[in-house]
Amino acid sequence: MSEVAIIGIGLHPFGRTPDKSGQQQGAEAVRRALADAGVSWKEVQFAYGGSQDAGNADALVNELGLTGLQFTNVWNGCATGGSALHAGCAAIASGEYELGVVVGFDKHPRGAFNPRPADWGLEDWYGELGLMLTTQFFAMKIQRYMHEHGITEEALVRVAEKAFRNGALNPYAWRRTPLSREEIAQSPLVSDPLRKYMFCNPAEGGAALVLASAARARRHTTKPLWVRAAVVRTRRYGSFEVFSPSLAATVTDAPTVDAARTAFERAGIGPEEVDVIQLQDTDSGAEIIHMAECGFCAHGEQEKLLAEGATEIGGRMPVNTDGGCLANGEPVGASGLRQVHEICLQLRGQAGARQVPGGPRVGFTHVYGAPGLSGVTLISR
Amino acid sequence: MRPIREGLFTWPAERPELLGSRCTDCGEVTFPAQADCRRCGGRDCRVEPIGHRGTLWSWTVQRFLPKPPYASGETEETFRPYGVGYVELPSGVKVEARLTENRPERLVIGMPMRLVVAPFRTDPESGEVILGFYFAPEEDEEEAA
Ligand SMILES: [Zn+2]
Repeated sequence: MSEVAIIGIGLHPFGRTPDKSGQQQGAEAVRRALADAGVSWKEVQFAYGGSQDAGNADALVNELGLTGLQFTNVWNGCATGGSALHAGCAAIASGEYELGVVVGFDKHPRGAFNPRPADWGLEDWYGELGLMLTTQFFAMKIQRYMHEHGITEEALVRVAEKAFRNGALNPYAWRRTPLSREEIAQSPLVSDPLRKYMFCNPAEGGAALVLASAARARRHTTKPLWVRAAVVRTRRYGSFEVFSPSLAATVTDAPTVDAARTAFERAGIGPEEVDVIQLQDTDSGAEIIHMAECGFCAHGEQEKLLAEGATEIGGRMPVNTDGGCLANGEPVGASGLRQVHEICLQLRGQAGARQVPGGPRVGFTHVYGAPGLSGVTLISR
Repeated sequence: MRPIREGLFTWPAERPELLGSRCTDCGEVTFPAQADCRRCGGRDCRVEPIGHRGTLWSWTVQRFLPKPPYASGETEETFRPYGVGYVELPSGVKVEARLTENRPERLVIGMPMRLVVAPFRTDPESGEVILGFYFAPEEDEEEAA
């Protein structure tokens, strides 16, 4: 694959912005990414982007300018950002284009998502009986995982505690107040064993990147970051997935495992070489499971790693340095590119109070979500 | 009384069983019954009873009133948290279902469970009782006996 560089990054703060539409937040993220790259919208040759609940990304041209560029709407569940990035990289690697934008944004109604069964290939009874909630899936996945691998509630609390501590260091985060161990451990149960402060909430925000070919990147910056791999994988038969009325007799690896393994192979990089990590933390349990599914530790080892502080900003494998989904909320369309934005800040040494020490060189991002798909990227200096 | 959906379980029946499908090519069992096999892509799946007893494979408790499409007729005031679990049947397939038990101290992975068909809601227009399927701890039956 030809080299693809990230030369600009932009974020619209996550959380709640009542006076702006989702599209306005997406457009703002694009403007910031263009300014960061020193590129004008007129120069952009193509764009990929999407949202779940905030309309078509293509409509951003109404704010940014109708320049006639190729703009492709991407909707791919929780991997919308990852899929847009994958498509953008392919467009440059193919040689067709040399400069493009990928963007994700969203604005969800308050409260848990309420998907329609038919949209997911399911019958109405499944939703009517109250079985079609993503929160139930994440709860049952970590419940089983704790049983099999000896993870305790203490570990769930530690993940949430870290998220809010890191969020407090991030001026763009939604939740910026640290919470004590007791506040988390005594918050109401939402779906056992997960409590209120162990779940992220649907939210709002936007994130965008400017991508360039190697030759083009050199015209704009002396310090591009390189996309070493961008991989999206869907569930294989037998993986334990959200919205599953039944699970197969033989349970197999999740799409996260396939996406991460493929990304490491393509990049020729091993998990031990990664300096800063972003993992999907829809809930505390998901971060714990994804540490192992992505290849950063053995199943069950997380208990000890969390107790040692290994995943803290100053630890040996920092995870979700910007507070992750727990502190930023989850605008589905924007979440994956928010992770990439954070990794780019860390690799540039621009992460301020939450900067990982020692000059990190390699970063990793991971999303997972409905209906059972995962997007992974590896980025290096 | 009528089932929430025809074909999910045998009904009427003294001892209802879940209805799934078995692929005639690879033998894989799934629930609910479907025409095509998700494992091998085979097009010949046969509907068959897949059991009424199993063991609890994982569980949670739904503690807030879900938004629609949840349609139990409950309100914020009348909502009762309910257990949800995957129950592993003899073929190894794990079926997701509501549990009759919602107390976490009574739910343990590996415990024996049995199928119960019971009223889920009353149709507000026709007044008809709609039946759902649930799993109950096996010991509840022993206690009752
Ligand atoms: Zn088959």
